[in-house]
Amino acid sequence: MGALAIRNIHKTYNETVHILKGIDLEIDAGEFLILVGPSGCGKSTLLSMIAGLDHPTRGSIHIGEREVTHLPSKDRDIAMVFQSYALYPNMTVAQNIAFGLEIRKVPKDERKAAVDRVSAMLQIGHLLDRKPGQLSGGQRQRVAMGRALARDPKLFLFDEPLSNLDAKLRVEMRAEIKLLHQRTQTTTVYVTHDQVEAMTLGDRIAVMKDGLVQQFGTPNDIYNHPANRFVAEFIGSPAMNMVDAQRVGQALTAHGVELAITDAQRAAVQAHGSAELVYGLRPESIGFAATGLRGKLSMIEPTGPETYATVDTAAGKLTARVPGVLQAAVGDAVHLQWAAEQSHLFDRASGVRVG
Amino acid sequence: MNRLNFHRLILWSMLLLFAAWFLVPLYVMLITSLKDAEQLRSGNLLSLPAAPTLDAWFKAWGSACTGVQCEGLKPFFWNSMVMVVPAVLLSTLIGSLNGYVLSKWKFRGSETLFAFMLFGVFMPMQVVLLPMSQVLGWLGVASSIWGLMLVHVVAGIPSTTLFFRNYYIGLPDELIKAAQLDGAGFWMIFRRIVLPLSLPILVVTLIWQFTNIWNDFLYGVVFSGADSKPITVGLNNLANTSSAVKEYNVDMAAALIAALPTLFVYVVAGKYFVRGLTAGAVKG
Repeated sequence: MGALAIRNIHKTYNETVHILKGIDLEIDAGEFLILVGPSGCGKSTLLSMIAGLDHPTRGSIHIGEREVTHLPSKDRDIAMVFQSYALYPNMTVAQNIAFGLEIRKVPKDERKAAVDRVSAMLQIGHLLDRKPGQLSGGQRQRVAMGRALARDPKLFLFDEPLSNLDAKLRVEMRAEIKLLHQRTQTTTVYVTHDQVEAMTLGDRIAVMKDGLVQQFGTPNDIYNHPANRFVAEFIGSPAMNMVDAQRVGQALTAHGVELAITDAQRAAVQAHGSAELVYGLRPESIGFAATGLRGKLSMIEPTGPETYATVDTAAGKLTARVPGVLQAAVGDAVHLQWAAEQSHLFDRASGVRVG
Repeated sequence: MNRLNFHRLILWSMLLLFAAWFLVPLYVMLITSLKDAEQLRSGNLLSLPAAPTLDAWFKAWGSACTGVQCEGLKPFFWNSMVMVVPAVLLSTLIGSLNGYVLSKWKFRGSETLFAFMLFGVFMPMQVVLLPMSQVLGWLGVASSIWGLMLVHVVAGIPSTTLFFRNYYIGLPDELIKAAQLDGAGFWMIFRRIVLPLSLPILVVTLIWQFTNIWNDFLYGVVFSGADSKPITVGLNNLANTSSAVKEYNVDMAAALIAALPTLFVYVVAGKYFVRGLTAGAVKG
């Protein structure tokens, strides 16, 4: 059994509002699980249930060998970092960190040792006597992590911990969380709506929408084999190009343009019932070439290391992501090329991956 | 510049005028209480005491007649103290617990319950007089200091609950959740997290309750027994006890004695009072 197992979790309010509609997830000890999805997808509700702050209508949650579905938070051996940090304003940093240990009647010298250990790890030793009100956002974030680390819990929970920080600090703290996890190897569940955080931090990602897990896999799986159109569009920036396509005989066309597909995809399309499909291409899969799909440059967005170029083609608008600076101007005629293996096919009605 | 000065002048004169207007009664009370009977008879209300004396104060405190007994306000003052202090502390404590539950441990129907409690804030005191005396009779505490204390605690709970509940709504729920994850229970969270963050509203509620209960006359006159009358009732009796000559200096001194404790509380804790009324959410 894994370190955390979530079995068929349902949550219904007032018997009419279905927040979670059957969630199944399982991770091994030491893994970093990301719950990601747009707001309202149920990810925070699920985290609250793992934390014991909310209870499922149906289903069960296991931490290690124990079923904890209806156990109070304090008996679950977990620690959580909140979005607002939730530091106790009336206590100093040291008292904040030691509070959980104090409640659990850990002797004073052990508490002090724990505070020293985590404050050294997070470089907050010089802040121990301050009150949370005197700290900056990044410092509060560290203290909140320190409070969670001090207890050495079996499971670490993060609820959008970086969303209150500015962009630069967010990247720094993201790296810090990753380093921390590599060092402590504590099983972690991390909720975010930021796909970059999801990809960079996660060992496994659960992409959620409308109370259901859309896909559960490694970042590589999620990015390269999205299970459906929603996942394909949610992960990746700029988003995957999506072109409405029809099966015509053996071929796949969009507005008369034949789209490149592999033999395996051809077979999958033939086996698939519907002829109405969506053809997906990641922007970085598309390159400029001397021949290929003809189009006109309609927008150029340089970011420095790479450039996003939007091209109007007969098949539709396509965004290409090319390295460096693009030596072209808006209005230029260009040719786009890509490899058939880079394409993704989805059913147009259901959004499910076809090939 | 001249224009500005002119406006300043108008502003200051108005403010001084109003201040004088409101302070004149206090001035009259103070100087009258320091005059002797002789000077009172001369009839000049605003003149300063010719030979200031504390005789009227001593008499009001210790020997003025309130009806048939002539022991001054002293027994009433102590009745009030003994009754007010526990009543204030109890109603404040219960209010803060209620507020904590109604804001952080909501249950099915807790909002409705709160709405009903709000009725208590706006309910006229007279409405409860008869039913309350019935209840006090059943409980066997009618006409005693305990009964009066109970009435004040019960009557104070709606407003203290309202104060604390609205203050605690501003405390982030995540604080409570974090404490739960740290292993703290209902009481531990209240004692270690919520109460220490309550100082501003605690001061406001204490002043509010102290002033209300100390100054109450209606419950005091209705529910107290012969030996448990509060100071407001004592003052009333003292002023209404007719003697040959009306001793205004003693009446004024007695009124000032009755007002001193609330004045004292304002002076000591007033700045917290203003700060508490305007305090926003606690920033974590």
